[in-house]
Amino acid sequence: MSTQIDMVPVKPTTAIVGEPDAGRRPGRSVWFRMLVNDRVAAAAAAVLGLVFLTAIFGPMLVGDMATHIDLDNSNQAPFTLAHGWANVLGTDPLGRSMLGRLIVACRTTLSVAVPAVVISAVVGSVIGMWAGFYRGWRETVAMRVADVIMSFPSLLLAVVVLYVFSPSAANIVAVLAITRIPVYLRTARAESAELSSRVFVDAARTFGASGRSIITRHVLPIVLPTLLTVATLDFCYVMLAESSLSFLGIGIQPPDVSWGLMVSQGRTYLHTAWWLSFFPGVAIVITTVSATILAAWARIAGDPAQRWRLTVPQKRLSRFTKTGKAL
Amino acid sequence: MTAVAELPPAAQHSDADPALRVEGLTVDIRTISGTVRAVDKVSFAAHRGETLALLGESGCGKSMTATALVGLLEPVAEVVEGTARLADVDILAADRKTRRKLAGPELAIVFQDALTALNPLYTVGTQLAEPFRIHHGMKAKEAKRKAVELMERVGIPQPQDRMKSYPHQFSGGMRQRLLIAMAVALNPRVLIADEPTTALDVTVQAQIMALLKSLRTEFDMAVVLITHDLALVAEEADRVAVMYAGTIVETGTVAEVFDDPKHPYTKGLLDSVPVNAVRGAELKSIGGSPPDLHSIPDGCVYQARCPLAREICRTTRPALQTVGARRKSACHFPEEVKSV
Amino acid sequence: MFPFVRRRMYTSALPLVIVLLGVFLLARLTGDPTNLYLPESATEAQRAAFAEKNGFDQPILTQLIDYFKGVLHFDFGTSLRTGESASDMALRAFPATLQLAVTTMILAIVGAVIIGCWAAYRPNSLADRFSSLLSMTAASIPDFWFAITGVWLFAVLLGVLPTSGTDGALSWILPIATLMIRPLGVLTQVVRGAMVSALSAPYVRLARSKGASDFRVVSHHALRNAAAPALTVAGDLAVGLINGAVVVEAIFGWPGIGKLMIDAILQRDFAVLQAAVLLTAVSIFVLNIAIDACYALLDARVREPAKV
Repeated sequence: MSTQIDMVPVKPTTAIVGEPDAGRRPGRSVWFRMLVNDRVAAAAAAVLGLVFLTAIFGPMLVGDMATHIDLDNSNQAPFTLAHGWANVLGTDPLGRSMLGRLIVACRTTLSVAVPAVVISAVVGSVIGMWAGFYRGWRETVAMRVADVIMSFPSLLLAVVVLYVFSPSAANIVAVLAITRIPVYLRTARAESAELSSRVFVDAARTFGASGRSIITRHVLPIVLPTLLTVATLDFCYVMLAESSLSFLGIGIQPPDVSWGLMVSQGRTYLHTAWWLSFFPGVAIVITTVSATILAAWARIAGDPAQRWRLTVPQKRLSRFTKTGKAL
Repeated sequence: MTAVAELPPAAQHSDADPALRVEGLTVDIRTISGTVRAVDKVSFAAHRGETLALLGESGCGKSMTATALVGLLEPVAEVVEGTARLADVDILAADRKTRRKLAGPELAIVFQDALTALNPLYTVGTQLAEPFRIHHGMKAKEAKRKAVELMERVGIPQPQDRMKSYPHQFSGGMRQRLLIAMAVALNPRVLIADEPTTALDVTVQAQIMALLKSLRTEFDMAVVLITHDLALVAEEADRVAVMYAGTIVETGTVAEVFDDPKHPYTKGLLDSVPVNAVRGAELKSIGGSPPDLHSIPDGCVYQARCPLAREICRTTRPALQTVGARRKSACHFPEEVKSV
Repeated sequence: MFPFVRRRMYTSALPLVIVLLGVFLLARLTGDPTNLYLPESATEAQRAAFAEKNGFDQPILTQLIDYFKGVLHFDFGTSLRTGESASDMALRAFPATLQLAVTTMILAIVGAVIIGCWAAYRPNSLADRFSSLLSMTAASIPDFWFAITGVWLFAVLLGVLPTSGTDGALSWILPIATLMIRPLGVLTQVVRGAMVSALSAPYVRLARSKGASDFRVVSHHALRNAAAPALTVAGDLAVGLINGAVVVEAIFGWPGIGKLMIDAILQRDFAVLQAAVLLTAVSIFVLNIAIDACYALLDARVREPAKV
């Protein structure tokens, strides 16, 4: 997973005297500059921002466009303004505007994906860091629990649970969160375990720092960038999972609407109204691809050793990556 | 000062026909803040049966010289000038195929960190047999036999059994022997040793250097020893080229250079060795620090720290000129150094 | 090797038991199947007979013990729907899914290795950037949408591929393509990243200094070292294939174990559900052990700790 900048195979290893201090954590404006420097990542961030804004403000702006049933206008083709600008992406069998439904579905989809990711990230990371730091039985138990959860196909687990407990949005969030906890648990544990054996931890202990404060003050800041990257990628996975569940009929239920549900609903009209399934899918792809690109950028920006790549204007960067292999 | 090695007869032959002759090697590095000249017009010659030491502190460009010669520079570094003649070929101008053919049979390098230099997933036997399979097209069995011979030659006990071992199962000293074995497998003309003993403890260091010396005699190799260790140079090298900020500032035989340095930097280095120090007296050191490669001054590179610096030093860079029989120095006032 | 594999089997046993227990409980939680299988007008006596026939009248603990006894003989009872042995149904459906999964993984791995190595070999080239973007997109595509669009494009619009069914080689194309697209995308990125790391490692420098050709450096030295992270991800993806199979089998009517499980859930056919889940869980555990064994085979440091 990489943006176009993530291509340099080797960073110069010779100590170049006078190189700008790479250890300081960059302030806000530096992050912004690093983002703007990588055009692809900047575009991805813009797209993602647009998606989030749509989720927050969209439904308010479109009013009842998404639910207004107009049977005279059912199944109209997209890309024409003949039926009003609201129907520029076509209409569904009930004459409802595709554009409106897409916007409302955006909010539903995100309102499931974001909480699920946040919950699983927080719970998984905390347990993982704790288990990795103390090692011993805590680590074994945590890893076994993670194994159990991970070895069960998550979709099946979700289907069963939702079937039993009825598919409300809260239940979907809970199920998705639980199935994703192991991902953060394993990552956090691995990093925490590696760090706990490092000398600076012993040093902190020698002046009486408690386990918890060491975790918060030393382990967490180092693990955070990795976790954020994992979370961004996980966001994609959770979005896709929710869509799959809704597609199978066990996720978001009508009259609520999510992108996955829209794809499913459009399936029977494949021959006559292809846009019903097509556009919601495109929306999903655009969101997830942007999140993936942003995650790759974040991985470079968060790593002090790699950060320099994002401070060089892209045109000049290619000069650093020309291999000119001699052997 | 540790005893300086007696000048071996081999070192007394003329400059004609060195195994490796480097002229004007210049390497630039593209960095974020501009292009930096890491190696500037470096010239030296290495002869068979002789050890030439490239001596200098960290960051002076000695390792980069070595990697440039072997053709393994990182993507951001580039050779912009210079020639390096080895076996009638200018290896810096040759194409990849030619260089690959020479890598092993003519020119070999021993890296510093033996653990990471060996592939952790293959047995030692496989890796030692590799040069034979690549260059002589040997079949696996025969190559393995050769590998056992090699291991025996470099002093690894029970070589037949240990062929199937993996790098992580050897100690540091043994691993370094393995690297040396791989390097001398095809009897190269020139062997470059990049800080071969820096990561080892002193007793092992002595063994490794003894091994290198005996191999040098046996294969009549030219050895280029890259190091920052003055004692090592004094003990093991025949000739020395002192490097500072990417340039060579002095060359000559070790005995002569260490006895009577003709460059203020060399003198400063030698003086800072705390031998014959008296308790309570201040230890000598060279004031200041090496220049930022981004802003190397006009004139002599050493001017900022040199007690002999004068007007001419600030305007004209001294060329590496002959100051004695087979001695060169890049200083405007080589004869005044002894008074510093 | 073998003590290693044995050890892994022991540590896998407990999670397996927990999964089985969980399935038992969850299956029971889906509700009373009586109303699904007997008409509304069924009498008390008929209901009691139904319950007794299927062991539902026993206390839950007895049911649990019977269940575990049955597990050891791989006997889950009979399907409420068809009356067949549940294990027979599961075993019959399993190969269909296995065929899909194995073919998909092989194609995905081969494809990812080829594209990933090629991209890592010439990093930052136009080809590399393009393949990166492509693989990121592939990794983000919802499989059901891809399947539907594929069906629409190739079956409906162009008419070159069938919409469903399992006969004929052509009918394999869309299901495998759907199942493969995400693993291929993810694996390509992982292989590329791992190869770039491996190619800049010191042992590659050493190999080059010995005069090794580019091909040898890539295929012999770098690839093996890049295999470990790729293997981890491949393992996770293989588990995720079960999820994907559910969707694909539903859309294309493929008679595999995913479809069997969904149907069993919706129809509260406990026996079949338990059999199918057990089969799936066991194969996942076997897969994980196999992957760990691969690690041990690949990397001597895993099976033999350092000795001086």
